[in-house]
Amino acid sequence: MASSCRRPEHTAPPDVFYNEEEAKKYSQNSRMIEIQTQMSERAVELLNLPEGQPCFLLDVGCGSGLSGDFLSEEGHYWVGVDISTAMLDVALDREVEGDLLLGDMGQGMPFRPGTFDGCISISALQWLCNADKKTHSPPKRLFTFFSTLYSSLSRGSRAVFQLYPENSEQLELITSQAMRAGFTGGMVVDYPNSSKAKKFFLCLFAGVTGVLPKGLGSETSDRNVSNQVQFSGQRCRFKNMKGKSLKKGRDWIFEKKERRRRQGREVRADTKYTGRQRRPHF
Amino acid sequence: MKLLTHNMLMSHVKGVTKGYPLLIKATEVKVNEVEFNPQFVSRMIPKVEWSALVKAAEELGHRQDLPAELLADYEKNEEFLKKVHKVLLEVEVIEGCLQCPESGREFPITKGIPNMLLNEDEV
Repeated sequence: MASSCRRPEHTAPPDVFYNEEEAKKYSQNSRMIEIQTQMSERAVELLNLPEGQPCFLLDVGCGSGLSGDFLSEEGHYWVGVDISTAMLDVALDREVEGDLLLGDMGQGMPFRPGTFDGCISISALQWLCNADKKTHSPPKRLFTFFSTLYSSLSRGSRAVFQLYPENSEQLELITSQAMRAGFTGGMVVDYPNSSKAKKFFLCLFAGVTGVLPKGLGSETSDRNVSNQVQFSGQRCRFKNMKGKSLKKGRDWIFEKKERRRRQGREVRADTKYTGRQRRPHF
Repeated sequence: MKLLTHNMLMSHVKGVTKGYPLLIKATEVKVNEVEFNPQFVSRMIPKVEWSALVKAAEELGHRQDLPAELLADYEKNEEFLKKVHKVLLEVEVIEGCLQCPESGREFPITKGIPNMLLNEDEV
């Protein structure tokens, strides 16, 4: 986890932190744009919207509208809410297709019940866990946000939040307030074994109980761990290997590929040629 | 701000029980061309509060002779859907303000973005 000085929510409140300079990065920095688009893509996938139907969606913390662009591309209509005027100005400059609102998520969502078919939010929820003013109480603000969001969603819809939780207490705080507001669901973690590619998505259901989707790259992670030491008649030749295979051997290669796959990296498929020796050359 | 968004917005000032519909006091209105999607419009019509939409459109001078009552079989009536599409998605309020009907609180609209931020005593 990143150290405290690298977390923007520790430096200043969101309406102060996202000033013109910071907002400019979101329209110019291609790496930032790429990551934001990827995360919105995954969030929309987790929303599980009916296919071929244009939906009316809410984007909380829409910022410069990068996630909204992806929604428009998919043929959906959206309304974006953000607290930073500088970011919304960038969104206006980029001529995004959705409608924009200046609002604070901690003050609740000002929408009629049953308005939206879904809600996405990219890297915004963790801002709610900070008290930036004397009157702010994070649990109360979270509850206000979740309860008003719950009512503004139509029954059977989902809300997906990508977030960077600081620690487990923070996650606990967020999920408990969401459950209190009536949501069901939980966390989906993509690439849980990689420190870089790991992404947290809070996937909430309004009105129905659904099956939580699986995180990417987590299929290979639940290896069956036995609770007993396995007996082996073999004599121990490599005492310090601690269960690892012999270096450069075929098993070692398989294990290494498996490990990198779990980290979500690009790995070639295993074939009969993997780890095989080449024919002798003179 | 599009009229579709206006139709969904309500006042969330503390103590207000029915802050709907918000009154529009527009000083600048623009019509932006948006691609027509009959499927989306007919999906949104049951969600829209029809009387509030007609009233808002009238206030802005873009009523497009919409009927006061919703037509029965609007899904097949393409001409009607086109009119509703224009009112819902193309007419935009650029400058002005929204007023809560109950508390009288005004939410200013600048550059097409309504400011829904509340003061500390209104939360």
